[in-house]
Amino acid sequence: MNNSAASTSSGSGDVPAPRRNSNRPKYSRFTQQELPACKPILTPRWVITVFTLIGVIFVPIGVAALMASNKVVEIVYRYDAVCIHGNTKDEKVAYIQNANTSKTCIITLTVPKDMDQPIYVYYQLDNFYQNHRRYVKSRNDAQLKDSDKANDTSGCDPEKTTPDGSPILPCGLIAWSLFNDTYSFSIGNQNLTVNKVGISWKSDRDHKFGDNVFPRNFQNGTLKGGASLNESIPLSQQEDLIVWMRTAALPTFRKPYGKIEQNLRVNETITVIIQNYYNTYSFSGKKKLVLSTSSWLGGKNDFTGIAYLTIGGLCFFLATAFAVVYLVKPRYVLLQI
Amino acid sequence: MARQGRRRDRLQWSKLYSFACVRPTVLDDEQPSSFVGPGYSRIVHCNQPQLHRKKPLKYTSNYITTTKYNIITFLPKALFEQFRRVANVYFLLAAVLSLTPVSPFTPVSMIAPLAFVVGLSMAKEALEDWRRFMQDLKVNSREVSVHRAEGQFSYKQWQNIRVGDVVKVEKDQFFPADLLLLSSSYEDGICYVETMNLDGETNLKVKRSLEVTLALDDDQTFRDFTAIIRCEDPNPSLYTFVGNIDFEQQLHSLEPNQILLRDSKLRNTTYVYGVAIFTGHDSKVMQNATKSPSKRSRIEKKMDQIIYFLFTVLVLISVISSIGFAVITKYKMPDWWYLRPDKGTSLYDPKRAALSGLFHLITALILYGYLIPISLYVSIEVVKVLQATFINGDVLMYDEDTGNHAQARTSNLNEELGQVDTVLSDKTGTLTCNQMNFLKCSIAGVSYGVLSSEVEIAAAKQMESEATGTPRPQSGTHDIWRDDAYIHGSPATDLIHEKKFTIDNPRKPPIKGFSFEDERLMHGNWAKEPTADTILLFFRILALCHTAIPEPNEETDGFTYEAESPDEVAFLVAAREFGFEFCKRTQSSVFIREKYSPSEDSIERELKILNLLEFNSKRKRMSVIVRDEIGKIFLFCKGADRLAKNGRLYESETSKHLTEYGEAGLRTLALAYKVLDQSEYSAWNAEFLKAKTTIGSDREALVERISDLMERDLILVGATAVEDKLQKGVPQCIDKLAQAGIKIWVLTGDKIETAVNIGFACSLLRQGMKQIYLSTVNNDMLVQDANKAAKENLSMQIANASRMVMLEKDPYEAFALIIDGKTLTYALEDDMKNNFLNLAVNCASVLCCRVSPRQKALVTRLVKEGTGKVTLAIGDGANDVGMIQEADIGVGISGVEGMQAVMASDFSISQFRFLERLLVVHGHWCYKRIALMICYFFYKNIAFGLTIFYFEAYTGFSGQSVYDNWYMLLFNVVLTSLPVITLGAFEQDVSSDVCLQFPALYQQGPKNLFFDWYRIIGWMFNGLYTSIAIYFLNIGMLYHQAFRAGGQTADMAVVGTTMFTCIIWVVNVQIALIMSHFTWIQHLFVWGSVATWYLFLVAYGASSQTISENSYQILSEAIGPAPMFWIATVIVTCACNIPYLVHISFQRMFNPLDHHVIQEIKYYKKDVEDQRMWKREKNKARQKTKIGFTARVDAKIRHLRGRLNKRVLSTSPKTVQEQII
Repeated sequence: MNNSAASTSSGSGDVPAPRRNSNRPKYSRFTQQELPACKPILTPRWVITVFTLIGVIFVPIGVAALMASNKVVEIVYRYDAVCIHGNTKDEKVAYIQNANTSKTCIITLTVPKDMDQPIYVYYQLDNFYQNHRRYVKSRNDAQLKDSDKANDTSGCDPEKTTPDGSPILPCGLIAWSLFNDTYSFSIGNQNLTVNKVGISWKSDRDHKFGDNVFPRNFQNGTLKGGASLNESIPLSQQEDLIVWMRTAALPTFRKPYGKIEQNLRVNETITVIIQNYYNTYSFSGKKKLVLSTSSWLGGKNDFTGIAYLTIGGLCFFLATAFAVVYLVKPRYVLLQI
Repeated sequence: MARQGRRRDRLQWSKLYSFACVRPTVLDDEQPSSFVGPGYSRIVHCNQPQLHRKKPLKYTSNYITTTKYNIITFLPKALFEQFRRVANVYFLLAAVLSLTPVSPFTPVSMIAPLAFVVGLSMAKEALEDWRRFMQDLKVNSREVSVHRAEGQFSYKQWQNIRVGDVVKVEKDQFFPADLLLLSSSYEDGICYVETMNLDGETNLKVKRSLEVTLALDDDQTFRDFTAIIRCEDPNPSLYTFVGNIDFEQQLHSLEPNQILLRDSKLRNTTYVYGVAIFTGHDSKVMQNATKSPSKRSRIEKKMDQIIYFLFTVLVLISVISSIGFAVITKYKMPDWWYLRPDKGTSLYDPKRAALSGLFHLITALILYGYLIPISLYVSIEVVKVLQATFINGDVLMYDEDTGNHAQARTSNLNEELGQVDTVLSDKTGTLTCNQMNFLKCSIAGVSYGVLSSEVEIAAAKQMESEATGTPRPQSGTHDIWRDDAYIHGSPATDLIHEKKFTIDNPRKPPIKGFSFEDERLMHGNWAKEPTADTILLFFRILALCHTAIPEPNEETDGFTYEAESPDEVAFLVAAREFGFEFCKRTQSSVFIREKYSPSEDSIERELKILNLLEFNSKRKRMSVIVRDEIGKIFLFCKGADRLAKNGRLYESETSKHLTEYGEAGLRTLALAYKVLDQSEYSAWNAEFLKAKTTIGSDREALVERISDLMERDLILVGATAVEDKLQKGVPQCIDKLAQAGIKIWVLTGDKIETAVNIGFACSLLRQGMKQIYLSTVNNDMLVQDANKAAKENLSMQIANASRMVMLEKDPYEAFALIIDGKTLTYALEDDMKNNFLNLAVNCASVLCCRVSPRQKALVTRLVKEGTGKVTLAIGDGANDVGMIQEADIGVGISGVEGMQAVMASDFSISQFRFLERLLVVHGHWCYKRIALMICYFFYKNIAFGLTIFYFEAYTGFSGQSVYDNWYMLLFNVVLTSLPVITLGAFEQDVSSDVCLQFPALYQQGPKNLFFDWYRIIGWMFNGLYTSIAIYFLNIGMLYHQAFRAGGQTADMAVVGTTMFTCIIWVVNVQIALIMSHFTWIQHLFVWGSVATWYLFLVAYGASSQTISENSYQILSEAIGPAPMFWIATVIVTCACNIPYLVHISFQRMFNPLDHHVIQEIKYYKKDVEDQRMWKREKNKARQKTKIGFTARVDAKIRHLRGRLNKRVLSTSPKTVQEQII
């Protein structure tokens, strides 16, 4: 079919009749571009219906999202400023880097509303670039999973090996800078147990961190980054590490610390003993302790609800506007040509 | 076998022909010059091909290849072609750099899409090349009879022929190589050649061999034949050849006349023998094969600009982010202990922040590369191939008669078809069939022939329908032209009843080429006419004065005639029908069977041909000198109208008839004769023979002058009128094209009168149109002065005409510009052409007559460059090639006149009328499709690419992407490519029949409504908005709080995946909103793309965690169960598309475009329910046209209304003739 011009020009000896027949394009609705098609067009009725429909769907979702967000009780306490000695940045850094000083810091929190269990405990860091490319890349997943690949530290620069050359496990900047503040909670004299099991994704525990991979040479370097790991516990059970290894998307992030599996009543006072080890003072990062319940939509965030209500409202407005204009000044079919 | 076939052919044409076959007989005193030196080094040992197998005489074999690549060169060459595109070079660099640590992505995610895109384009190239290869193979394996040895001939494939081979070519075979003609089945070694494939001319050319080789006319004679040819090196000049042959120890010089060119065809000759001189790529036709200039459409050129713009944006944001990165690295990173700034590599070194910044610039350039749509080119290529397939496969553009379908030969101009502003058309073969019908004649001052020409019929029909005062009711499939209803009695009829033609009996010519009907002449009745003697003479002239050869036709027992022009055939057929059948031609005689009445038996008469002065364009006439049985010598002559002035008797009547015939659109020739007495003839003949045998350059002039001497004092007999039939549907097509707002220029080699007639016939001209004639003064001043005077005169004419056009107040007034070739030479000069163009574009129709092929191309260039609009040239002959190649779009008509035009064209159709469908339907669709597609492409890549940039700002410009590598990889090549291809291939704003009913819809293309900068920038802003909405809505919703009931917070994988899901939804919903035509294909690909994304997520999540890393089980475990994920998708999808939705709703409601309105009419089925409205809208769609049938009707109605209302007889519009006498 595509070569007809050429064949016409060159095929002198051919018998004309059969060639003609074969030359004729075959009729099909596809090749003639006549396939049955639906041709929806935006009639005023459709426009108004669509906008109304979006409004009708979005406003309830917005309301539900706002309600869910309001139901969530959240205690946020910034402790980096109170748990430090020193005024200048240098003093603060010197304090936090001094291994010999006591980093214990006691704070009290008041429960503003009844909080039903489970209450999630998060730590929140600010101005911490877990999403920096150098940081994100600095890990080796194979090493974490497979005990045979303990020596595989490729991509872990600059935390590959100890100064004597033995491979670090887990290697890389992420693991090295593991968050190491600890919290213990009590109400009055009664300790609040923080359940630290199950704060990470199950698939991470089961498939990404080996249950026969044990930390080795970790934090043995000259410069200690963050937390040390118990070398007798396999990585799959080191949930703080697993959570930390999931790098956050934004410089401000929360990571789960544990769960308090008991209800808290309004006005109860929680005493928190914080071991303030982690150095965020170098880069002026805030540290916050967060206790939060959760709803079906997660934590406290009014943005979703507001966004839905805004869009829903806008659609209602548009629907009305189009309807009014359509009723007041309907357009008759008019060709401009 | 061959011997028997020769009996009939024993003709020595050289004794007859005066010009073409003249050969100086005196050769002895002149030694053929021997050629030495560069350019003339070729030596051919005839009949010794083995000598040419090794050096130094080894020449290329006869194997030809037109492929662009071979197996070895394919890869490097095709790759080179691919990387000539600047975008591809960029992606190649990015892919190379992705192997270094600079790259933000894994190498595979950069290389895979590039490999895919380049691979696809190369596969397309390979496929096309394969087709060419198969074509070559077909040609190379054709067989021809070749001398093996000992006088034995056997068949051999073309590719195996070598220089020096003796080849025997039989009738209707193509010549396999450039051959030296040795001898033919004719005794004097002439043969007829059809050079249609070379220059498109259908008339036969005569070639003749040297006298010395005439004896080589049998297989056996080649047993011991040897000769040495020394000649020029291979060159592309078709009409020159320099060389000599050393045969039997004598040198003879060779001329182009002895050369048979490859790809031309042997006609009317049983066989020829020849020696291959140039084989394969050395042959002249292959040397000539130049690629037609590759053309690019305006849209693609503009697209390049957009790509450059995007590159600028890319560089800009890369610079921004690398500066940001350098600043952050220098001032902040030292504090970020968790990045070990003390151990920084050069990529992240606070101490050398500038260097790191520089490295980062490269990273950023790669990272933001998603702004440049990598798959754009390949998608467009795929779409255009699909579009071309649709054009090729359109059954409504298939011509049953020729068996040709439309063909998009270059698919990269499809969308240009939708933007055509001016059509430049050839006349003969394009608007007309080039099929001649003998229709009328004037003998002895009496006009015979009662049938009307098509022009007259068309005029009469229009007159009638105009008379009724209303346009005919038009329904869906209705066509005014097929409506033969005859409406009488309308009140206006008498007002304009001017002329009535017999149109009641539609004639069907029972005999091809003969549509004459008049009882006075037919069936022998002519003998009863008072001027029977003159009539007899007239018929004899018809039967004798030609160069045709009769071929007995076994089927009908009659003769078919092989002639150089179709007019001659028409004459011979006419003569036969009148009873003067030309039946035999011998060396010196012509035999005609004369039959004076149907009852009588025919008498065979032999007339001796003494001389034949054949037609040439200078004399514009041909004559034969014959001696009849009783020894009387006659000169019979036929020629241009000018001839009539030479006659004495019947002069005024014949002139009048010639004018009448001309007006009816007929081609006219005058016939004349004179009687010579023997002494007069002998004297002249002696002189003529002398002239013929003169050697030197002035021979031709001499022969011409002497011929002219003979052709004086002729006695006029009459004139013939032959109809050059209009092609089917031409006026309708022109009407539609005019309604579509396309300007039509006719460029023809014909004379003004003919062109004007055809102009009337196809409604390019109408009564009441002001016609502006531009012409030059004919005077015999000195050449220098004449030129100057002519130019001054012309510029004055142009100025006057322009003023007149300017001052015209009546908006309906239309002007027609008619200019001849001679005037055009002046008008096309630099200082004049702009004024000329200004005048021309203000005229509704332009006719250029008597133009040369070169002028056609020049006019085309003038229009193209002067107006800056898209021009389309359409033609069918070799003389149109220049124009076709020059125009933005060249359309060739694959008809009778050979393939030259088609080969040079970008599109080929077999009938002019298919142009309507090609432009109004396919052009319109393709334009819109490509325009929408490109806009959407940029939109989606901006929407996606910018989100990466925003995220960068949140990562300290470190070059980290929020999306997984695999997502990025899939975005362009899998997830968003197929919907956009369906948009580009299948979108239809309105169906094809609506396109044809509303041709004015086509104007959206020339006005470029869908690809102007407003629209492009609008789409870019839409992309910008979308990117902002996607990014910030997602960030707002997936901030630091838990994003699901289980208290988990969102990490980078969750944010990236959610955002990417939103993008997939947004861009696919967007394309669904663009589409107005959903077949199952669109549904499948648009929604299929979304589904593919989810399927991919599931599969990717389920794959090994070493591949999917943080995205492991992302959908099933992390985001799938989270309502937030789905809620985010919904709101982002809606929020991103609402502005576009509002825009199109608003536009449709308050400022609708034409296709919107038509869609609505169709949607509400108003075309069925409210016929009146449908009609009214349809009428609106064609108001502004000034030419074409519809405009003609409108003008008439206006005219009538004006007369009826005012009750004043307005003077009919004058025809302004600005001729300077």
